Amino acid sequence: MFEYAPAPESRSVVDIKPAYGLFIDGKFVDPSDGGSFKSINPATEEVLAEIAEAGSGDVDRAVRAARTAYEKVWGPMPGQDRAKYLFRIARIIQERSRELAVLESLDNGKPIKESRDVDLPLVAAHFFYYAGWADKLPYAGFGPDPQPLGVAAQVIPWNFPLLMLAWKIAPALAAGNTVVLKPAETTPLTALLFAEICQQADLPPGVVNIVTGAGETGRALVEHPGVDKVAFTGSTEVGRAIARSVAGSRKKLTLELGGKAANIVFDDAPIDQAVEGIVNGIFFNQGHVCCAGSRLLVQESVADRVLESLKRRMAQLRLGDPLDKNTDIGAINSAAQLARIKELSDAGAAEGTERWSPPCELPDRGFWFAPTIFTGVTQAHRIAREEIFGPVLSVLTFRTPAEAVEKANNTPYGLSAGIWTDKGSRILWMADRLRAGVVWANTFNKFDPTSPFGGYKESGYGREGGRHGLEAYLNV
Amino acid sequence: MSERVAVRKTYKLYIGGKFPRSESGRSYIVQDANVALSSRKDARDAVVAARAAVKGWAGATAYNRGQVLYRVAEMLEGRREQFVALGVPGEEVDAAIDRWVWYAGWSDKLAQVYGGANPVAGPYFNISAPEPTGVVAVVAPERPALLGLVSVIAPAIVSGNTVVVAASPAEPLAAITLAEVLATSDLPGGVVNLLTGKISETVPTLAAHMDVNAIDLTGVADAGLAAELEIKAAENLKRVLRPAPADHDWFADPGVTRMTTLLETKTVWHPKGV
Repeated sequence: MFEYAPAPESRSVVDIKPAYGLFIDGKFVDPSDGGSFKSINPATEEVLAEIAEAGSGDVDRAVRAARTAYEKVWGPMPGQDRAKYLFRIARIIQERSRELAVLESLDNGKPIKESRDVDLPLVAAHFFYYAGWADKLPYAGFGPDPQPLGVAAQVIPWNFPLLMLAWKIAPALAAGNTVVLKPAETTPLTALLFAEICQQADLPPGVVNIVTGAGETGRALVEHPGVDKVAFTGSTEVGRAIARSVAGSRKKLTLELGGKAANIVFDDAPIDQAVEGIVNGIFFNQGHVCCAGSRLLVQESVADRVLESLKRRMAQLRLGDPLDKNTDIGAINSAAQLARIKELSDAGAAEGTERWSPPCELPDRGFWFAPTIFTGVTQAHRIAREEIFGPVLSVLTFRTPAEAVEKANNTPYGLSAGIWTDKGSRILWMADRLRAGVVWANTFNKFDPTSPFGGYKESGYGREGGRHGLEAYLNV
Repeated sequence: MSERVAVRKTYKLYIGGKFPRSESGRSYIVQDANVALSSRKDARDAVVAARAAVKGWAGATAYNRGQVLYRVAEMLEGRREQFVALGVPGEEVDAAIDRWVWYAGWSDKLAQVYGGANPVAGPYFNISAPEPTGVVAVVAPERPALLGLVSVIAPAIVSGNTVVVAASPAEPLAAITLAEVLATSDLPGGVVNLLTGKISETVPTLAAHMDVNAIDLTGVADAGLAAELEIKAAENLKRVLRPAPADHDWFADPGVTRMTTLLETKTVWHPKGV
């Protein structure tokens, strides 16, 4: 590999406070029982800030603030004015994008080139897109006078902290709801900076409330009787628990959960492009992607060529300092996630598959996992069935298109899938048969605010993005 | 001359296009008839039949599905008097016929109204289209027995789903007679499967069934039971339609939520280039 001089992005652009309170009713406040936890930089294990932990009383305060704002201010406000606030937020995000990108990489561990070039542009675009809907809801196809639901409880994961916030808050506010959002406990910092942006935009108090904490805080929020809508992105296990907890209530629920996507490579695919797609599919964001292409299905006749090329390409991936602009693979987000990845990978090796990683030096401190592939994998192996949520690829082979479909669909999940072939009719034939909410043909891991995203089967229900994404926040 | 002895009808289940008795060999007396009392095994058999029918029905063209639904309306119109004789008010039969016609027209409009091109910021072709979610378990409303039943079956199957329906336990005869209409309407066997008997006996099995994709709790009047069923449905994250309010007007415009809740949106991306 080429030796590159270090090219770190400066962290001086962002000013991290030693401690953060909860953002309730437009102000940062202390939690009532004074609990707190630390958010660390997963690349160095350095403590970044002390974060308030919201108890059920704090959650209640936030829900009440959201209710009051909904009834008094945001609900009655003309859509045109709601739109202007959202446009304002989109603009401030663009203006402060460097600061947000650096903070995201510090708190999450993802490479700066991803937070800078993927996350932040998509965050701003998402607010910009939904801003435009706020005064056009009667034209969205949900009847002449669609109404908001009220107060939305939103719980988001740590893999794309600010992007998931945007996916939740932008459509909710555009539709006229107010929100209480809980960011993940390992990545709360960009949500708290977003709270400052809400202040800067003069967003009316209580329209957006941010409560930080772990699972207990999330449970208190989704189970609060004062919320009308629950939106969750995260594991299928927690999604199931939330679906049970809202049973029998009036709460509208949308869930975006796990995945085990098949990335299917046919023998007529341009191999180099397909390999780029495979690498992007599983190693983008350290594989912390619910729609990651974690199962490579490669046609038997080209399996050796694809694997050889894939290994050569993997040897070029640069793992290390997330703030270095040349870094391809950053840090695993937490010790707990690293343990989960190790456990499943060890199970893969123990079950008789063949494990391979390129020579890759891991830093001494922080949480790291080398890009890894497993060959000789069958559908019965745990690494082919369970979501690993890390830079680990399971390689399986197939002979016929029908077999590829059968194997791709042989999972309780159904979030995404990839197809690589030069034959157009085959793409469309495959796309019809794959039970997945997003199908990338000759590309992978592409996102856009206009494009609906969400799963079939146990990957959840409801869609985020596009006109479809509004439905989750309207009383239809 | 002695009066002719009438030939009575045996009211049976409708599973996989056939009319079997309950495997349990049980029946209950309702509306002056012996009606099959379905078991949990009947419910599971019905799911197997419904699953087997998904590929053909979801794979049929929208035009074809629309014609089959319209054919149901034709058949129902022809049997209007039979339903009136069962005690179904004439205007309810008329409304049920019209409902089939309304939904028949939706089959080839859904993808245009609920799908379309998305203008993504990049050189990609991007299109979203709705697809059926798969097998849907349905609890039909107690009353109106015919219009209510049609109003829950048609929106599920028009898009290509297949259903297992628990008919109104108090008035099952209209449901079984509707099954006879469906059986003579070119509707492939297994697309609609009908269970009679106790909701509390068969529906928990359907709600917990791992090969059922969605559940429509419309006819579950007991709020406690509805919550219990929704909890069971969470195990494999079934799409859920919650119970209808007691005062729901079945004669009103049905809206689209029944259809859209049972749809999945699939979005396909492809790069543009030379």
